[in-house]
Amino acid sequence: MSAEGRGPLFTLLIVAGGLIEGFGLAYSGMARPEVVLDFLQLEDFGLLLVMGGASVVAGVTFFVATRWLDRAPLTGRSYTRRVKSLDRNVVTGGLIFGVGWGVSGICPGAGYASLGVGNYVILWAIAGMFVGAYAQGYWRAYRSDAGADAVSAD
Amino acid sequence: MSGVALAAAAALVDLVLAELAVGVQVAGTELFPNGVLEYLIGGLFVGAGISVIYLGSGIIAGNSTFLETTLSYGSRLPRFRQPRFVQSRDWRVVFFLSIVAGAAVYKLAFDPTVWVTEVQWWRLLGGGVLVGIGTRVGKGCTAGHGVCGVGSVSRTSLVNVALFVGTAIVTALVVSGLGVSP
Repeated sequence: MSAEGRGPLFTLLIVAGGLIEGFGLAYSGMARPEVVLDFLQLEDFGLLLVMGGASVVAGVTFFVATRWLDRAPLTGRSYTRRVKSLDRNVVTGGLIFGVGWGVSGICPGAGYASLGVGNYVILWAIAGMFVGAYAQGYWRAYRSDAGADAVSAD
Repeated sequence: MSGVALAAAAALVDLVLAELAVGVQVAGTELFPNGVLEYLIGGLFVGAGISVIYLGSGIIAGNSTFLETTLSYGSRLPRFRQPRFVQSRDWRVVFFLSIVAGAAVYKLAFDPTVWVTEVQWWRLLGGGVLVGIGTRVGKGCTAGHGVCGVGSVSRTSLVNVALFVGTAIVTALVVSGLGVSP
């Protein structure tokens, strides 16, 4: 098994987790942008139950695993919480994501699930997400190149 | 560690409060006109899917990283070629396909009718571009920050979630206020 644990069991684990998550996203209505927009227009607060319910389950799992379990069986990784550094990007990104979510009513995971329920029109949104992800990568590469030039010029 | 317990407790309190709000009328409007069960059960499944992958692999699997790791197949930009993207891109494709399949299972089992969104294409495309930029610049999306980060009681995620939920509400209200529907 490689360091990242890429055996067949690992793939099976990803498939199982993805199936369960996709099922849940469709069951909860999040695969329908209309339902998300109903929340964002303050007409139906169900989305809070989806996000809240999922966070509680994930939170309890993280708590139990980080406290009482040793290492993940399929990768040998130690269990950690999801903590990323708070910087300006987190703020800027959150604001841009918010505008996009408010305009479209779709986020990445729900978009994939939406494809699964046969909503092929959602390909517009998924294509958009790839364009957006590429654009920010391109912009960052350009900026860091410019930054490197400035440094070497000194 | 107590932080996680605290967060779980806080999330639980939120959930209970939300439950209590069922049927409560606020300014003459019901908070949950379509009930709460489908939302709650669906949310538990989403959390369970994340937990399964986490318990087996220690990986906290968000959904927006897939966008960049998949770009690494075709792009030579160093941003997309960083080792953590190239190393995880294969299983992230599997993860994506499995989410699609899981949703298809639901559709076939519970609601086998043809349904396509009426939200206009330019909203999906334009909003999608901003979602792609924002989730990648902001280090996560509704799953990564909204579920896993909140479940981890990460201050970073709580800040990010408050910002994107607040901005999205204002944006959606403005868009509908301008007469765009759906």
